[in-house]
Amino acid sequence: MKSIEELKAIKAKMQAEIETRSAVSDSDVKIVVGMATCGIAAGARPVLNAFLDAAQKAGLKNVKVLQAGCFGTCKAEPMAEVHIPCKDKVIYGRLTPDAARKIVAEHIMGGNIVAEYVVKG
Amino acid sequence: MIRNHILVCGGTGCTSGKSKSIYERFGQLISDNQLESEITAIMTGCFGLCALGPVVVVYPEGAFYSQVKETDVDEIFSEHIIKGRMVKRLLYKETVKEDGSGISSLNETGFYKQQMRVALRNCGVINPENIEEYIAYDGYTALAKVLTEMTSQQVIDIIKASGLRGRGGAGFPTGNKWQFAKDVPGDTKYVCCNADEGDPGAFMDRSVLEGDPHAVLEAMAIAGYAIGSSQGYIYVRAEYPIAVARLKVAIAQAKEYGLLGKSIFGTGFDFDIEIRLGAGAFVCGEETALMTSIEGSRGEPRPRPPFPAVKGLFGKPTILNNVETLANVAQIILKGSEWFASIGTEKSKGTKVFALGGKITNTGLVEVPMGTTLRTIIEDIGGGIPNGKKFKAAQTGGPSGGCIPASLMDVAIDYENLIAIGSMMGSGGLIVMDEDTCMVDIAKFFLEFTVEESCGKCTSCRIGTKRLYEMLEKVTNGTATVATLSEMEKLCYYIKDNSLCGLGQTAPNPVLSTMRYFKDEYLAHVNDKRCPSGVCKKLISFEILDKCVGCTLCARKCPVSAITGKVKEKHVIDKEKCIKCGVCMENCKFKAIERR
Repeated sequence: MKSIEELKAIKAKMQAEIETRSAVSDSDVKIVVGMATCGIAAGARPVLNAFLDAAQKAGLKNVKVLQAGCFGTCKAEPMAEVHIPCKDKVIYGRLTPDAARKIVAEHIMGGNIVAEYVVKG
Repeated sequence: MIRNHILVCGGTGCTSGKSKSIYERFGQLISDNQLESEITAIMTGCFGLCALGPVVVVYPEGAFYSQVKETDVDEIFSEHIIKGRMVKRLLYKETVKEDGSGISSLNETGFYKQQMRVALRNCGVINPENIEEYIAYDGYTALAKVLTEMTSQQVIDIIKASGLRGRGGAGFPTGNKWQFAKDVPGDTKYVCCNADEGDPGAFMDRSVLEGDPHAVLEAMAIAGYAIGSSQGYIYVRAEYPIAVARLKVAIAQAKEYGLLGKSIFGTGFDFDIEIRLGAGAFVCGEETALMTSIEGSRGEPRPRPPFPAVKGLFGKPTILNNVETLANVAQIILKGSEWFASIGTEKSKGTKVFALGGKITNTGLVEVPMGTTLRTIIEDIGGGIPNGKKFKAAQTGGPSGGCIPASLMDVAIDYENLIAIGSMMGSGGLIVMDEDTCMVDIAKFFLEFTVEESCGKCTSCRIGTKRLYEMLEKVTNGTATVATLSEMEKLCYYIKDNSLCGLGQTAPNPVLSTMRYFKDEYLAHVNDKRCPSGVCKKLISFEILDKCVGCTLCARKCPVSAITGKVKEKHVIDKEKCIKCGVCMENCKFKAIERR
């Protein structure tokens, strides 16, 4: 280690890797992806990873991507709930990785619900 | 992008519960399912709740799985990791919300709520065998700051202002110690880390070394810069194989990254660290004996002065700091002395780690601000005494400390208060005793330890502790008189006054403190030839009462066939044969056997 810059570079790289190693708190934005058999079969895993990837690329440290079991509306899988603190939760369905990226950009960052994927409960 | 982190406790406690094979099984499942890029499993240091080990924590949910068995791993993996359904039956009960709406944060549980983790900040958080994870949590940032922005005097001034005191027992101000060593002229100076944790029931230092070894290395380098030393030694017990292995890995990684070695951060400051293994002699935790042992001689203390800061290891100025003390240093540099000084009491700053053991529900490792009461530690954090028994006393400070009775449970624990009530902080072992514990027997237990561990240099300690032990034996077998008790007290003070090192000076403390707070128990042994807790075998006897129905169970269970009697008739115990094991009483379904 010949300089502080080197130390800072390692720190930045590792912090990105361990970003998800902290428990979710009430002030976090939560994206809960249905990962039951119905969800996985419909392609929930690439959706989950797209959420994670988009949130990380946008540098959204307070966004936590979590998993859940079956949401009950199996025909609309892959599904995800978006919880923004102090706001009503929004349920999305028939998601794709691109849809996930769109939700992160427009709903979580922009504050506008992506109507085309909303599942009416 | 990693979506789930699986943290498996790799402390000694959980390792003995086979946490290593749990970790390996997770690794196997991750690779079998080709999820390496999404899921990661690591081994960490101690989470603290050793009573519920082996512990596995899954993030980002923060699911705390307790008492996990190797056979549970597949279920956790397929349910939680693959399908997002937490395995309820394995979750720590206190975190499961009653309405079934998931789990609450670990920080809201009784065990963790009142804790404050400074020395243990990375234990159970990082992989101790990966230096980059330590760096991610601000590791080596304090060393960088010290080397590039501060003078050695500024470093010492910060440590002084923080009020940090030695966590190894005596509580000497760390900054002052460093100042003495800095002020002594000389080219060669040494930094020693005392990891010779010897108190029965204490495992704070071991846990820090196992969970966050780099914190100790970084602090030693900072200390080296402060006093002008380029060589450090860690004296650690060979009985701590996991701690030693992780230290070795940590030192090798630090050297590889250039965080130890020549010209660290290109500043021209050199610092290197070597490990010295102790053979497990208790006296080697004493600083002069420790240095003598590092030098290669038999571990025996020597008189002070000269103090190590003036003439220490190999005759050179040396500082010795305890593991937990060092674990606080980098935090103080980064967060400032005011932050550290704002925690704790007037004269005892910061936090203290305690190893909770004995008759307590949550056996484990806790870290609380100085000034926390014993009641908080035992009742709130420790979860109280199991089996509905009553709290009798807590022993702090190991063989050098004393017993704190129930009446003093609300005393705020800090260095001064513990001394005032006849105990001491020691390294932080805290053994809880319930009503079934005989205090004379406890005093005898600790004294037996010091008799064994006395190095033999001073007659007062070598022979004095032995004679004191013999007197205690007399008390427990009913042959002592009131005169024995006053003789014992006299001998205690003689040993304290005439021994060279801390071992002898504190060896009588367990006897003195139990005589001070539990005199009635000593008197019961001496005058009534009775052990109130029913522990001392010579003073108890078992009697079969008239309500015996003659079921013959006790006679069949007795290991020495001391019970005779016909079926459906009252049985009798042969007192000559009886070894007082109590098996008959435990097994009697009619409560017809009494201990007297």
